[in-house]
Amino acid sequence: MSAALIIDIILWSSVAAVGFIALQRGRLVLTNSVREGAMDFINIVPRIALGVVGSGYIAAVIPQEIITGWLGPNSGWFGVLTAVIAGAATPGGPVVGFSIGAVALKAGGGAPQVIAYVVAWALFAFQRLLLWEIPFMPARFVWFRAAVSLPFPFLAAAIAMAIGRP
Amino acid sequence: MIVIAVLVAISVVLVYRRDGIVGVTEILIGDLALFGGILPRVLAGCLLGAFIAEILPHEKVSRSLGPQSGLKGLLIGTAFGAILPGGPFTAYPVASALLAVGADFGATIAMVVSWTLIGYGRAVAWEVPIMGTDFTLWRIVISLPLPVLAGALGRFVYVRIYPKGAPP
Repeated sequence: MSAALIIDIILWSSVAAVGFIALQRGRLVLTNSVREGAMDFINIVPRIALGVVGSGYIAAVIPQEIITGWLGPNSGWFGVLTAVIAGAATPGGPVVGFSIGAVALKAGGGAPQVIAYVVAWALFAFQRLLLWEIPFMPARFVWFRAAVSLPFPFLAAAIAMAIGRP
Repeated sequence: MIVIAVLVAISVVLVYRRDGIVGVTEILIGDLALFGGILPRVLAGCLLGAFIAEILPHEKVSRSLGPQSGLKGLLIGTAFGAILPGGPFTAYPVASALLAVGADFGATIAMVVSWTLIGYGRAVAWEVPIMGTDFTLWRIVISLPLPVLAGALGRFVYVRIYPKGAPP
């Protein structure tokens, strides 16, 4: 059984579980929240259509070699900084982000730099912020969260350097 | 939205000039398939967010995840983000619902950061196969303290930017 299928099952079981709790609160609670959720869904679909269909094109025009080049081997804190910028600038979904990380590791990139890259990508890849986070969340929260997240890829790299892992 | 649309349009033109119409349609077909696969999960995420907003008691949420919830609130946010199933289509609607029912920025930041850094969904589906188990596990271990720290920093900054509470 594939990981994606397991995650789908967990996801829909969670929906069913909270839906059941809502039903126990009364039929009205259930129909209200289903209507709310459906409206959110209808509002969000066009944005996701643009983002998902568009992201393939954005990823296609940014060559991966440029980003892996930035990560350079044994590049120290300057490498960490470029890794953070590269992580934020990486377009596309998890396949693109992790593949670039894997290529960088294989190409001799330092583990702290690759950690910084992956963490920065996870925290504030611009495309995910624009495509996923802003449509769902108040924009003020998104910018605030991205701003306070700034130090953490550096901290992660520092921890990786300190413990000498992975 | 407009920024993304412009970016996409430019990229489409660049792909067209480089690879011709074949390159453009190839990406379009791949992305449409991806989009179709994601849609049901987006629906699940929206429903999950709506249900959670409806069934969570507001005063309880603002007590355990609100501005006064202390370290415990940040830890709850972190744990919640770590166990939340699904991708961005689940995490952001649920985070938005938490904000709406009384969680503060700090706890919500802890939740979002925890979901993105130590949530198992992306790690199991993508990171382990592509980056390898060793790297992934160490990356997660190193990331463990970060959600709480991010939430704490968020709170620290928030009360200084908005000393009188959130603007409308």
